[in-house]
Amino acid sequence: MPRITVNGTVHDVDAEPETPLLWVLREQIGLTGTKYGCGIAVCGACTVHIGGMATRSCQVQLQDITPEDEITTIEGLSPDRTHPVQQAWLEVDVPQCGYCQSGQIMAAAALLANNPNPTDEDIAAEMTNICRCGTYNRIRAGIKRASELL
Amino acid sequence: MTRHFSLTRRGFLASVAAGGFALGFRIPAAAQDAATATTELNAWVVIHPDDTVVIRVARIEMGQGTLTGLAQLVAEELDADWEKVTWEYPTPGQNVARDRVWGAFGTYGSQGIRASQQYVREGGAAARAMLLQAAANRWGVDPATLTVSKGVISGPDGQTLRYGELAAEAAQVAVPAEIQLKDPSTWTIAGQPVKRLDTMGKLDGSQIYAIDMKLPGMVSAAIRQAPVMGSTVASFDAEAVMGMPGVQKVLQIDNDAVAVVADTWWRAKTALDALQIEWTESEHANLSMADIHAMLDEGLRSEDAFVGTQAGDVSAAVQNAANVVEAEYYFPWQHHATMEPMNATALVTADRCEVWVATQDAEAELAVASEASGLEIPQCEVYRVHLGGGFGRRASSHEYTRQAVLIAKEMPGTPVKLIWSREEDMIHGTFHPITKARMVGALDDQGNLTGLHMRISGQSILANLMPFMLEEGKDPFTFQGLNPDGEEGQFGYTVPNLLIDHAMRNPPVRPGFWRGVNNNQNAFYLETFMDELAHAAGRDPLEFRRAHMANHPRHLAVLEAAAEGIGWDTPPPDGVFRGLCQHMGYGSYVAAAAEVSVDDRGQLTIHRIVAATDPGNVVNPQQIEAQIEGSFAMGLSAALHGEITVEGGRIQQENYDTYPVITMWEMPAVESLIRPSGGFWGGVGEPTIFVAAPAVLNAVFAATGKRIRQLPLDSNSLRS
Ligand code: FES
Ligand code: FES
Repeated sequence: MPRITVNGTVHDVDAEPETPLLWVLREQIGLTGTKYGCGIAVCGACTVHIGGMATRSCQVQLQDITPEDEITTIEGLSPDRTHPVQQAWLEVDVPQCGYCQSGQIMAAAALLANNPNPTDEDIAAEMTNICRCGTYNRIRAGIKRASELL
Repeated sequence: MTRHFSLTRRGFLASVAAGGFALGFRIPAAAQDAATATTELNAWVVIHPDDTVVIRVARIEMGQGTLTGLAQLVAEELDADWEKVTWEYPTPGQNVARDRVWGAFGTYGSQGIRASQQYVREGGAAARAMLLQAAANRWGVDPATLTVSKGVISGPDGQTLRYGELAAEAAQVAVPAEIQLKDPSTWTIAGQPVKRLDTMGKLDGSQIYAIDMKLPGMVSAAIRQAPVMGSTVASFDAEAVMGMPGVQKVLQIDNDAVAVVADTWWRAKTALDALQIEWTESEHANLSMADIHAMLDEGLRSEDAFVGTQAGDVSAAVQNAANVVEAEYYFPWQHHATMEPMNATALVTADRCEVWVATQDAEAELAVASEASGLEIPQCEVYRVHLGGGFGRRASSHEYTRQAVLIAKEMPGTPVKLIWSREEDMIHGTFHPITKARMVGALDDQGNLTGLHMRISGQSILANLMPFMLEEGKDPFTFQGLNPDGEEGQFGYTVPNLLIDHAMRNPPVRPGFWRGVNNNQNAFYLETFMDELAHAAGRDPLEFRRAHMANHPRHLAVLEAAAEGIGWDTPPPDGVFRGLCQHMGYGSYVAAAAEVSVDDRGQLTIHRIVAATDPGNVVNPQQIEAQIEGSFAMGLSAALHGEITVEGGRIQQENYDTYPVITMWEMPAVESLIRPSGGFWGGVGEPTIFVAAPAVLNAVFAATGKRIRQLPLDSNSLRS
């Protein structure tokens, strides 16, 4: 049975090798914070970290993952919602419907890990996730605020 | 989340149909729930012994902030401690069982707050009065001698009691006969930019959306609906996929869909993709955009049309004009593209049907559940699960719920979660209606607008979805924002000779309510044409509009606010150009001004937007700002990129790659000017979306001399 490591816990997974990581997370492991939006790498709702890299989990198949790959989902970003991005999101009141926000937060956390003081241009270049509610300006403000909290 | 009440008490569907309901503070049969010692003071207010105030929210939250706003209004009248306020959704089954004590659940038309503010505030005020009376009874004093602050009542001798201590007694006190609501100028919770109540779960993945539902023993279903509109299932080879991993069932749903049920959705979808389905030939198999454009073009010149607004004699005005301006416009189909695709979970047994769904109208879902299951309304229940966006898509056409119930009916006792793939969601949308317009304006030798004919040709939402609302064939919603009078959406100009009419042309592609609805194309047509007229008259677009707005001071006030905010009277930075517009809809006055630049290759940059809104009363200014920002994201997505097309009877766009929406790099800075003039209650979730496109497109004209009359902008070249 394939074995993967998510948020520090090892799971044996009953799924076909081609199954996208997104659906392994949601349906096999029961972590539904990672969302399905498009399934074709466009929307970013499914963003997780693999080895710290923001990755669209709908495009990664179970067979491409080894137990050594450290996968972090929104549920594992911090034990108590205290990651600077989560704190900033709360301060700025970023989410509307919230459906895209797991992916946005994971993308923003990865961006800040590589670039603790991003400019507006850096943010626009890196944050390509869709938010249909249109929270982009608050996401930008949230990233700036999180950068101060780092 | 949901507390249960006796469902057998009284009144079922008949009362839903009747629509009337008493003030929302009837004392329920069992006022006190012994197990938790929480007390229901009335339908809107529940108080726990630890002073937690649970506010019941009948309208749905889908990102627009209504939940927080309604809770603010109740808490304000209650004088609750906002820090102790939480919320819950009653179910539609409970509403039916209690004679619709919570009124309407439907959340659309920017009504969430404006259509329920009166009775929810009365609910809060009644609960407050009852708590005061209970304290007065305890202390043997006149309630008029008491004061309240943050859920603590103080007596004349300095004694205090907390709401949590008094709730049980207060529930026994008579409901006050008369209720005095606060003057909004004295509000301390309502009117304030408080944070949303529903953010926490959206930060760590714990918020459960409908698509996240998990129930013991649940299975998942994937569905394919006829890709060509009008065709039906001819045959499918279920046996070929029954052996695939996890597959439990392959079944036809109605005459136009096939579903695969498996232990997980991914396995169901994988098997569905492998399933061979033959479809019948459809009468629409040759339908193309060329046919649809021809149909709408014919309507632009047809003799027959439904008259919306008429004054004077337009033909005479055109004949006598010093200058006649004519132009034709096109607003294509748009998809809602909610981030969460349509889905529903159903559990059906011989005598019960339960549904968990993200919906803008839970009462309509209850009726769908009853109809699809064949069970009576009291045997059905709908649980409202968080929505990953609505925008009107989840307001009508609840076929996903019907399908989930039909599948679950075949598997009694097993919960079934049906998820539409993104592709199913997009192909089987209920699209923003397709229309065109032919505008003819008559200018006199002073450059004043003496006559205007606005001919709209195209699709009617009501004719397709709610034909019973047509008025002798006419769809009155077509004229949103163009009405001669009324409080919902008034035409903002005085034109002595005016004709606004609609040649209804209904292509066989399903339309639906899409955020802003008909105001979107109406504002695009009217406000870009007003800009054309201003230029033809050689007048400044603000000054030209103002000259025709003397009778519409509220329309003018927001327009002038937006103009002032962008600095209309001072020159823009080099290479930057400006446009503006105004419109009224859903009871609110909105205007916007934009600054753009267009480079040599035709690349548009939107630098800055200033948007002004007058919704009468303001419940939460920072949530209004959020809705204004979101309105520009969605409105500009449609204007710049959005177009749903049909060829061979099939929708051509299947995902966000072919139906692109705005992302961060295109999103302009948005400055919101909230200018409530008081005395009325307008909507917030939709109004600003109508002014997004015309403000920017008028600025594009200023920058390039190119008038964008065919949306989306992507289909035009700005430098050639
Ligand atoms: S679901 Fe993976 S990018 Fe959209
Ligand atoms: S908050 Fe709704 S899609 Fe982003």
